[in-house]
Amino acid sequence: MSIIDPIELPVPYSVDEINREFWKLCSTHILHFQQCKGCGHWRHLPRYMCSKCGSPDWHWAPSSGKGVIFSWTTVHQPMHPAFGGKTPYASIIVEMEEGVRIVSQAPDLPIEDLKLDIPVEVYFEARTEDVTLPFFRVIE
Amino acid sequence: MTNGTEGIRGAAAFVGAATDGIGEAPGFSGQELAIRASLKAMQDAGIRASDIDGVFGALSAESMCGVAVSEYLGIQPKYSNNNKIGGSTFLSLTHTAAMAIKNGLIETALIYYGSNQRSAFGRLAVSATHQSDYEGLYQPRFPMTSYALAASRHMHEYGTTREQLAEVAVAARQWAQLNPDAFMRDPLTIEDVMASRVISDPFSVRDCCLVTDGAGALIMTSAERAKDFRQKPVYLLGAAGEHWHKQISAMPDLTVTAASKSGPRAFEMAGLKPSDVDVIELYDAFTINTILFLEDLGFCPKGEGGRFVSDGHIAPSGGLPVNTNGGGLSCVHPGMYGIFTLIEGVQQLQGECAGRQIEDAKVALCHGSGGVLSSQVTNILGTEEVL
Ligand SMILES: [Zn+2]
Repeated sequence: MSIIDPIELPVPYSVDEINREFWKLCSTHILHFQQCKGCGHWRHLPRYMCSKCGSPDWHWAPSSGKGVIFSWTTVHQPMHPAFGGKTPYASIIVEMEEGVRIVSQAPDLPIEDLKLDIPVEVYFEARTEDVTLPFFRVIE
Repeated sequence: MTNGTEGIRGAAAFVGAATDGIGEAPGFSGQELAIRASLKAMQDAGIRASDIDGVFGALSAESMCGVAVSEYLGIQPKYSNNNKIGGSTFLSLTHTAAMAIKNGLIETALIYYGSNQRSAFGRLAVSATHQSDYEGLYQPRFPMTSYALAASRHMHEYGTTREQLAEVAVAARQWAQLNPDAFMRDPLTIEDVMASRVISDPFSVRDCCLVTDGAGALIMTSAERAKDFRQKPVYLLGAAGEHWHKQISAMPDLTVTAASKSGPRAFEMAGLKPSDVDVIELYDAFTINTILFLEDLGFCPKGEGGRFVSDGHIAPSGGLPVNTNGGGLSCVHPGMYGIFTLIEGVQQLQGECAGRQIEDAKVALCHGSGGVLSSQVTNILGTEEVL
């Protein structure tokens, strides 16, 4: 059932235009989400239309990069072998100030300190030359 | 807008139900298991392939299963349907089948499912569809992680405890011990559940559904024709579904599922309320499911589910029979479990459940969930007395 290369850490495998743009903007180290030009709604995952008002018009808007941990859990058996040495690690959903939710990790936060609703901010780490991923850390 | 459901209350009835290959069934494909279950359901109903003119179902491994299963069984259906909303599919297909029967499009429907995922893979067959690219990069272990995220939020907001989650697994196991077909029947305590290998906090392996082979099938026909069958007819009194999201980060509130909409609409169609239900069959992929669905379907207030299942309340010795076959946690879980909620509900109302039979059961609620708490579909079944 392996869907990606079993040795390297996974990289994005969808390569349509808006996905490419999302990852490209991450490499600027400012998190961007799509914002609807019809109704102002922020959205994530990137898509070609607004599910609130149906508008096809949107632009990339910079996020404050701040949010709270909406929920968390730990992973003890990763699906991808490249994560095997890192278990257990936490998987989190962050609710951003703009209202969008994003699945990520807070690698520096010890599992025993994970709590819901604590404030976090984004930072970036390059996974490959072409791909930079957003991660989160606690705002002290 | 009406909910489009006024007409189907009691219009169709189940007249046959069967399972096959529950647990381990090496040597058969998922389709073959579905065929075997279908033949047993037809035998249970006392009909032949030529009596069936509508075919509804799903297989994990065959995208054109509608034509494949029909050809294999020698059925030439006038109408087929295979929808793609996950494990609740079957409770949605009964809804569609009842509408087709009510409209005169078909007379008799077969509803089927089968999978050999235990023999074929030895583990949960997680498809790439559970992973969006954006989420998969961080290696959450979907689908477990998604349900764990919901459990985490429920514990945070409502004070639901680890022990209360474990109560759900223990109750399911105690029911399974009364069911000779159930796959896992060893004794299980709350301490056992909590001491088991952690999969995705707060879940241990005993909070997670089994990985088994298994197949199920049902025969449904018009209420008028149902009277002539050898089996006691079990009527579809209410059916409703709703879904709001696919990936877990898009679920509006991790503690409220679309069952909070499908349940009330199904009850409205049936003209019944939660206190009228004698036996409840819920899709318990994870222990949090049972708690969420008992709340969302109106058996207890939102947030009270953990306390509600405490002290063995949903176990055989408790006040409310839930997942009387042992559920996906202890009886059977071959990838999609939804059809087994219906089979157990039908057999309870037919009085065929021997050691786990709920005495004088007249109303069963069956509830399916698909994806990661995504698609929710409720069916309410009743005997002739409540028609
Ligand atoms: Zn919009």
